[in-house]
Amino acid sequence: MPKITIDNTEIEVETGTSILQAAEQLGIEIPRFCYHDRLSVPANCRMCLVEVEGGPPKPVASCAMACGEGMKVKTDSDMVKKARKGVMEMLLINHPLDCPICDQGGECDLQDQAMGYGFDRSRFHENKRAVPDKDLGPLIKTSMNRCINCTRCVRFAEEIAGTPVLGQFHRGEDAEIGTFIHELVGTELSGNLIDVCPVGALTSKPYAFKARPWELRKTESIDVHDALGSAIRIDARGREVMRILPRLNEDINEEWIDDRTRFSYDGLNKGRLDRPWIRDPDTGKLREASWDEALSYTAHRMEGIQGHEIAALAGDLADVESMVALKDLMTALGSPHLDCRTDGALFDVAERTGYLFNSTIAGIEQADAILLVGTNPRLEGVMVNARIRKAWRDKRVKIGLIGEEADLTYPYKHLGTGSRDLDKISEFFSGAERPLMIVGAGVFARPDGLALHHMMSEMAQKSGAVKEGWNGFNILHRAASRVGALETGFMPGKNGKAFEEIIQGTRNGSVKALYLLGADEFDARSLIGWQTFTIYQGHHGDRGAARADVVLPGAAYSEKDGIYVNTEGRPQMARRASFPPGDAKEDWKILRALSETLGKTLPYDTQAQLRARLFKEWPNLADFGVVHSPSWAAFGEKGKIAEDAFENPVKNFYLANAICRASGTMKACSEAFVQSQSRPYAEAAE
Amino acid sequence: MKKPFDLNADYQPAHFEFTPAFMDKARAAISLYPRGRQKSAVMPLLDLAQRQIAQEGAKATPPYGGWISRAAMDHIAEILDMPKVKVYEVATFYSMYNLAPVGTYLVQVCTTTPCWLCGSAEIVKACEDRLEIGMGETTADGKFTLVEVECLGACVNAPMVQVNDDYYEDLSAGAMTEIIDTLAEGMKPQAGSQKGRKASMALSGPTSLEKQAKKAGVA
Repeated sequence: MPKITIDNTEIEVETGTSILQAAEQLGIEIPRFCYHDRLSVPANCRMCLVEVEGGPPKPVASCAMACGEGMKVKTDSDMVKKARKGVMEMLLINHPLDCPICDQGGECDLQDQAMGYGFDRSRFHENKRAVPDKDLGPLIKTSMNRCINCTRCVRFAEEIAGTPVLGQFHRGEDAEIGTFIHELVGTELSGNLIDVCPVGALTSKPYAFKARPWELRKTESIDVHDALGSAIRIDARGREVMRILPRLNEDINEEWIDDRTRFSYDGLNKGRLDRPWIRDPDTGKLREASWDEALSYTAHRMEGIQGHEIAALAGDLADVESMVALKDLMTALGSPHLDCRTDGALFDVAERTGYLFNSTIAGIEQADAILLVGTNPRLEGVMVNARIRKAWRDKRVKIGLIGEEADLTYPYKHLGTGSRDLDKISEFFSGAERPLMIVGAGVFARPDGLALHHMMSEMAQKSGAVKEGWNGFNILHRAASRVGALETGFMPGKNGKAFEEIIQGTRNGSVKALYLLGADEFDARSLIGWQTFTIYQGHHGDRGAARADVVLPGAAYSEKDGIYVNTEGRPQMARRASFPPGDAKEDWKILRALSETLGKTLPYDTQAQLRARLFKEWPNLADFGVVHSPSWAAFGEKGKIAEDAFENPVKNFYLANAICRASGTMKACSEAFVQSQSRPYAEAAE
Repeated sequence: MKKPFDLNADYQPAHFEFTPAFMDKARAAISLYPRGRQKSAVMPLLDLAQRQIAQEGAKATPPYGGWISRAAMDHIAEILDMPKVKVYEVATFYSMYNLAPVGTYLVQVCTTTPCWLCGSAEIVKACEDRLEIGMGETTADGKFTLVEVECLGACVNAPMVQVNDDYYEDLSAGAMTEIIDTLAEGMKPQAGSQKGRKASMALSGPTSLEKQAKKAGVA
């Protein structure tokens, strides 16, 4: 533990800490371009120079120099200032200084640091070098003249994303960043290249020339495109969401987000339901309606339908509040037919441990053997995959897979393809201290789901994945709403029908009315029987609305305050960044209004009252950001298990939900990365 | 400047593989590094690829010199189990790797300050006159490519040129023309100083360390 003095303040740091990190601990800011906490240290920008007394008689790159006992460091001596000014002058020699037309303007490291170390005129009279721009795909816009060759993007692509396609080519004045063979950067983490770029060389293509950072209203929220609940910041101007950026959350996404989270926001403005619609029984076409009309029409059509003839399905993007409101309404109407598993999955929810990501996402780093069962985390939970890669990178952890093979960005052992290979788990985990298994929720989407769930429970116990002080049994869900729905019991009640039975019911007439709360992930049009009165409440004119008899326009995740519970069982709050379009309303309000029209008024008038009701029954949900780990207990039902292979449920990463399907950017990604079939992780488009 | 890399050029072969003889050399190069660090051998392998192509090119009509195609770089990445892009990075960094076809004889004339002070401009002119091409060009018969390079570290015997693996030093316009003539005839001119200088010793003989020079038999 060396002791070191920085600017006359003494600090003791861990062995191996760099001077820059030590200074950061003291709150002394050292300018830098190439250094990034989560990437390797190349020390090539030279901006972080400091003076080390008694050390070499020249400035030292503080990011790459480890603290030594008794070092005396000066971070703002004349020598340091002169050195940094020199570096800045060199960097600006070839920089175009086009800040007024640069999208990075206002949030640019180079711009900011030039304020401190820049010279007010140029001594360079020759021509600046020109570097051709690169085509990196539909997401990243390049302006390579602005590049200062810090190589952060190269290191990110190789180290974090695990797709080494970027490099620095040629040398000296000709050095440039690119892919050399005109490849696209086909990683689902590519948007983060924009964040790591300290200048305006890599900027967002969809956001190009749209807004300036100081015009934007920033809302800290969470993502709903997968079940991880990554921390995001929604930047909006007026009603329009202009962009989405990651926020630091060490427990889930560290400081990255995937491309779907970052770039699907244009879907929030397209294909929206902004007024209620009623399907004309004569023409079969939807016509515009007022709220009063739509609600009273619904009440009129529901007349005479018994409670047990009504069913409700919750979709992948529903918040906990609206699902609880819908559940309360269904209970009031006397219906036990609720389900949230619109992928047809069957699993036992009696024990929380049976459907949660028990080890937590950060816990992946502690594991010494990881087994993936029927999941491709690269598509089902990008941040989970990034964690697994991190564990592999740091510790070369042993990784196995039972299921479909895919490029996961790290090497793994393929143990088998389906349920008959599950008995290899014990052997794979033998000798491991903290074995961890990740089971894709899609595995249970088959008739023997419950038996499979039981078998997993047994295997976890037998193989040592669950033991004193360690619970390595994890379910990786894909839908943001799912765990919230399971926690609050949006599941078939006593004698209630599950998803498949509800669909059957619409065909044989036992389900006469069906309520779809944003349920878009199944083909409603061909599956739901023609005579069933279908109400769709949601924000996009997608699959659900296409079948509905009444469409009630709701709010997207960026337009309401809603609780979501992620796959770890961590409740988090998505915040409103803008208002829903037109006549659309927050979802719980719609249900509250409908309950009144149906004569079963729900007992809450404000969201606060609804939450109070929620927290009373499920107090866990009130602890935002906290995981209440359940204790282990066996789950599932014994039964016969078919020997089918596990199939990866995600067919097209970029078009996974209603928001993505409305997004032009996501369509472009799907065309560039999935349909072109050139990406290893891409499967055939839906 | 040599011709730059061109991904879509029609001369890019679709396929490259080391011949058994070169593969043996490649294996020897790889074996110099510890297991798991085999990618350290990327530079010798690139060089071997270039030499293999040069061997093939010498027999072709028109002949061509050694260069490294994209297929060759991809092949090396595969052999060494490293990302292709890392091979491209190395290959583009070093000027001794040719990423586009060159003539059988790559004439690299140094024009950096010491050579220039000693008359490299005349050497350039002699080359251009004799070969009837300009800088960066290749003769129609495919035998010579003329390029201008930065310091090759033989300033003490300036001016100098490098042709393939050999240095020709202490040049004059006449000596340069003669070297090219000899090469054109398919023979190998005497490498090193063209004035009979031993290594980098003064022309008039040793001015210091005389005893040692005598002992080594160079004085």
